[in-house]
Amino acid sequence: MAVQALKDYDFPPADSQDKFHGGQLLYVGWDDHLMFCAPFAYCLPPGTLFSDVCERILPNSFAYHPDWAKVDFKTATWLKSGKPWRPEMNKTLAEQGLRHKDVLRLKTPGLMGIAGSGS
Amino acid sequence: MSKVFIAFQCNEDTRPIVEAVLADNPHAEAIESPAMVKIDAEGSLVIKRESIEELIGRTFDLQELQMSLITLSGHLDEDDDQFKLSWLN
Amino acid sequence: MDMHATKKKLGIKEKYAHMTRGLDWETSYQPMEKVFPQATFEGIKIHDWDKWEDPFRLTMDSYWKYQAEKERKLYAVLDAFAQNNGHLGLTDARYLNAIKLFLTGISPLEYVAHRGFAAAGRNFPGVGPRVACLMQSVDEMRHAQTQIHALSNYNKHYDGFHDFKHMLERVWYLSVPKSFFDDAFSAGPFEWMIAIGFSFEYVLTNLLFVPFMSGAAYNGDMATVTFGFSAQSDEARHMTLGLECIKFMLEQDPDNLPIVQKWIDKWAWRGVRVLTLVAMMMDYMLPKRVMSWKEAWEIYFEQNGGALFADLARYGITMPECLKQCSIDKEHIGHQAWATFYQYGGAAAFHTWMPSDDEMDWLSSKYPNTFDKYYRARFTHWRNEAEKGNRFYTNTLPMLCQVCQIPMLFTEPDDPTTICYRESEYDGEKYHTCSDGCKHIFDDEPQKYIQAWLPVHQIYQGNCFPEGTDPTVEGFDPLAKVLEYYHFDMGNDNLDFEGSRDQANFAAWRGMATKNT
Repeated sequence: MAVQALKDYDFPPADSQDKFHGGQLLYVGWDDHLMFCAPFAYCLPPGTLFSDVCERILPNSFAYHPDWAKVDFKTATWLKSGKPWRPEMNKTLAEQGLRHKDVLRLKTPGLMGIAGSGS
Repeated sequence: MSKVFIAFQCNEDTRPIVEAVLADNPHAEAIESPAMVKIDAEGSLVIKRESIEELIGRTFDLQELQMSLITLSGHLDEDDDQFKLSWLN
Repeated sequence: MDMHATKKKLGIKEKYAHMTRGLDWETSYQPMEKVFPQATFEGIKIHDWDKWEDPFRLTMDSYWKYQAEKERKLYAVLDAFAQNNGHLGLTDARYLNAIKLFLTGISPLEYVAHRGFAAAGRNFPGVGPRVACLMQSVDEMRHAQTQIHALSNYNKHYDGFHDFKHMLERVWYLSVPKSFFDDAFSAGPFEWMIAIGFSFEYVLTNLLFVPFMSGAAYNGDMATVTFGFSAQSDEARHMTLGLECIKFMLEQDPDNLPIVQKWIDKWAWRGVRVLTLVAMMMDYMLPKRVMSWKEAWEIYFEQNGGALFADLARYGITMPECLKQCSIDKEHIGHQAWATFYQYGGAAAFHTWMPSDDEMDWLSSKYPNTFDKYYRARFTHWRNEAEKGNRFYTNTLPMLCQVCQIPMLFTEPDDPTTICYRESEYDGEKYHTCSDGCKHIFDDEPQKYIQAWLPVHQIYQGNCFPEGTDPTVEGFDPLAKVLEYYHFDMGNDNLDFEGSRDQANFAAWRGMATKNT
């Protein structure tokens, strides 16, 4: 549906990938751990290995939670845009088709947050 | 039926206004909270200049309500003699 | 005493009509369509501008008389408050953090509302709404100035009040109210009237003003109470303008109905999202609470809004679909928003803290279905950790909603343990929203929202550092540089209330006021 306007209304998007100095945006949320109020936003080089995401980047964000120490990436499952997705740890974001502004959800069965409240 | 309401600051100017409104609208109910009085009424509410004048002993211009009004709900009809709030449905 | 009412020569309706109608003329050097270029592009059809009915018939002499009297009263109280160190009568300095949010997030909006009503008034060919918009424009400028005056007193003594204009255009959470008004101001005059005049000033205004002003009254903030009351009767006039506006548009042409309905749906939702900040304020930031957000929503929206939409039903208007989920959301958003600001407290220009046991018990009693089940455990955990010296501060930027620009903290209406994720594609790019309401708004006008200045993305683009910053230097701390860009007084404007300068000062000064020292 077009914007009602007095003249042609056609402007570039504010957040196209070229504006991020070689990075791409990736969002990651950890289901059932709403202690982290919202998914996190990362700006990462497309050449970032997924193993690096799991071993360095995500712990930096999530390690405050007592459940994080129990997270096992071998049994964790993922959603990408709400659909089941399996990461390849030894591949980069770009190599496994993760595009600018993709959103991932980490699911860690059995870990239900603070006192099982989903926090 | 839907309720209309009008809310005033609690001060010496509004005391006679509230008194007049409650007397002229037996179905209305006043709820007081710090610094504010809210008057709810089913369907409609009317504020009459003459009723206020009776209480304060001087002429009163309904537009003086502007000084103490906080908020209201309903369609407003204003003339020299009364201020009416109502829902039409 | 013999009392008689003076017989006026003209009644109020006639006097007003003579003073406002028939004073303009049809242009002859240029056609009317060129003089009023914004009058038709939105698709709204007006056949007879004379059908506009002004509910409050204030001629200029009455307007100035009452406004002048309100100003005299207001400034007398503000002077007395300042002279007598009225701030020491506050319940607790935590309260002031609600007012910091008000000054940075609401007061600048009053100013842009002034401009928006001036613009709308300029662009309407009909004299009725022109006069009403002119007065509202002056009122809004008055509100901006009186708020700045009233709150400037606190800037003398407390942190976080010092640079609201600068912060509004930069700070991440202030893009929420700013983008709301940017969206309305960049629309046409008719959409502006529905967005602000009706949805904001009529449907939702009581959910902004009454909580803040009652909160002020309950917590000893005479300055804000007085400003609030001084503004409120202006607000009552604004409400009647908004309601008249929608009635007028709907009565002028049946073709206006779907356009008006679409705008009501959009702006009611955008307004509700902005009010998330008020929910958190009412439930968490007032040492002496007025009522819960849930109660406020029930009184001022479910009952009052219910009556309004029942009335508008005769035109074919229906209650916005998206608002139905608010009766579920009302039990969650205050807690979810406070949890957000608590963890991002390093990057907020006001203090945050965890509630005490008494306060948690109040929350349990007001939110019997949700507080203990979903929120008490995390808040207790955070409080325990803070007591051990491990206070929780998030170190990673959040994902934001493309439309409301709030972090994606909202949960699915039918599952409060799951974040609500919604996604759209436009022209090969992905866009994320927090709810069906925001997604619908995006999908309807994507060309508008793809341009959004989202603070998190702007930070990652490197646009939120002070001029001359070199991000390649050794030990570069992006967060510190962003906060410098925000003009935060590091360690004083932000972080926990416990151990803050505000807390220490308030205690010391109040101590001095009650002892012979």
